[in-house]
Amino acid sequence: MSKINWYKYSAPVTFYGLAGKMFPGFAILSAILFAIGLYISFFVAPTDATQGDAYRIIFIHVPAAWMSMFIYVVMAAYAGIGLAFNTRLSAMMAQALAPTGALFCFIALFTGSFWGKPMWGAWWVWDARLTSQLILFFLYVGFISLQAAIDDPRRSDRAGALIALVGVINVPIIYFSVKWWNTLHQGASISLTKAPSMAHTMLLGMLIMALACWMYTIAVALYRVRLIILERERNSTWVSDLMKEMK
Amino acid sequence: MKSRHKKMVFILAGLAGIGIIVALVMNAFRSNLVFFFTPTQVVDKQAPVGHTFRIGGLVEKGSLKRENDGLTVHFVVTDTRNNMNVTYKGILPDLFKEGKGVVAQGKLDSSGQFVADEVLAKHDENYMPPEVASELKAAKAAKASKTPL
Amino acid sequence: MNWGSFSAFLHMGGYAFYVWSSFGLSFALLAFELVQLSLRKRTLLKRLGQIQKLNEHRGNK
Repeated sequence: MSKINWYKYSAPVTFYGLAGKMFPGFAILSAILFAIGLYISFFVAPTDATQGDAYRIIFIHVPAAWMSMFIYVVMAAYAGIGLAFNTRLSAMMAQALAPTGALFCFIALFTGSFWGKPMWGAWWVWDARLTSQLILFFLYVGFISLQAAIDDPRRSDRAGALIALVGVINVPIIYFSVKWWNTLHQGASISLTKAPSMAHTMLLGMLIMALACWMYTIAVALYRVRLIILERERNSTWVSDLMKEMK
Repeated sequence: MKSRHKKMVFILAGLAGIGIIVALVMNAFRSNLVFFFTPTQVVDKQAPVGHTFRIGGLVEKGSLKRENDGLTVHFVVTDTRNNMNVTYKGILPDLFKEGKGVVAQGKLDSSGQFVADEVLAKHDENYMPPEVASELKAAKAAKASKTPL
Repeated sequence: MNWGSFSAFLHMGGYAFYVWSSFGLSFALLAFELVQLSLRKRTLLKRLGQIQKLNEHRGNK
């Protein structure tokens, strides 16, 4: 088996083609997983002894929250690599991931709110978990706005990278907030160190929904980065060749 | 290349520095991030005096009393080491129950009674169907009855 | 199966408003992201096509 020339794919023109071939598969996978996940969420997982059927919000709230944190870390990693090695594609990937991360962050916040009102008795509280998740949303918005405001792509990438990298410390804060401080938000139901405190079918539903969101994110990011590549490389010959082909 | 490396080191060091500053600032504001105090912390005088704060713990079993006006309730918040008497006038959340978690916001009056203006239910991270919950309850009760006095 | 009837399913144990608002708005937003992405592509391709036409026109001069 010949060695794969990975560096080839760090060139936007090559990655454009690769991403185009990859995203449909992830999109289909995501759709299938959402279908299975939602089925389990509503028809397999039983009702909860304490929270009744309101707890089912967990099947969108937790996957969205996990994605918002995971995407931010990946975004920061791409931004950092782009900053350190001056690779254009890395910066474009960070830019491609941000809107989806912000979206999942918002979903986590408002589904949490709709879960909190019937269960806690409040739409919102300023405890460490909720506050740090809100800060994450502002970091996403800051990243996106800052990049949109700066015309020169090099400078805009660098500015975004700054926000992404400084803000990354917020992610472990969000995760450990329920442990470090007294919060209204409950602790982790699943962790690496102890057994899950959920019925098996509930856990399965949550994991499949999380996987569905992950596949969705990859599909959307690959689609979006293709648009970013075209926009940035609009004056190059390969793009004009592509436009000629499309006629 | 060498100056490029130097620049990279400076940038990374700067970012690390900002990260450390943020961590320190958050640590300094730790007290403000505390959403509630436990009854023990209140007894140890860790709660702010003179203004509104929150206490959290479990509603002590058998402590819930309703007054005749239908709206005022009295209950005890416990963290198994210390107790706090709470008075509250208003609607209690769905999940409020004796033996379950609660967070109440209010002030300590002169008699050491906590007068709450808001009561929230705090639930744990366990999720199980009703059958499993009742099995657990029965198992606990069986275990308790077997314990020698 | 968890539900005795379809109306029981919709009722969500009394929490219908909260559960369906959560799922409804979440998937509406995800759908919106997809729509917005396809619109962005359409606009971009149109613009790139215009640039292409302009360049060809200039090239023919």
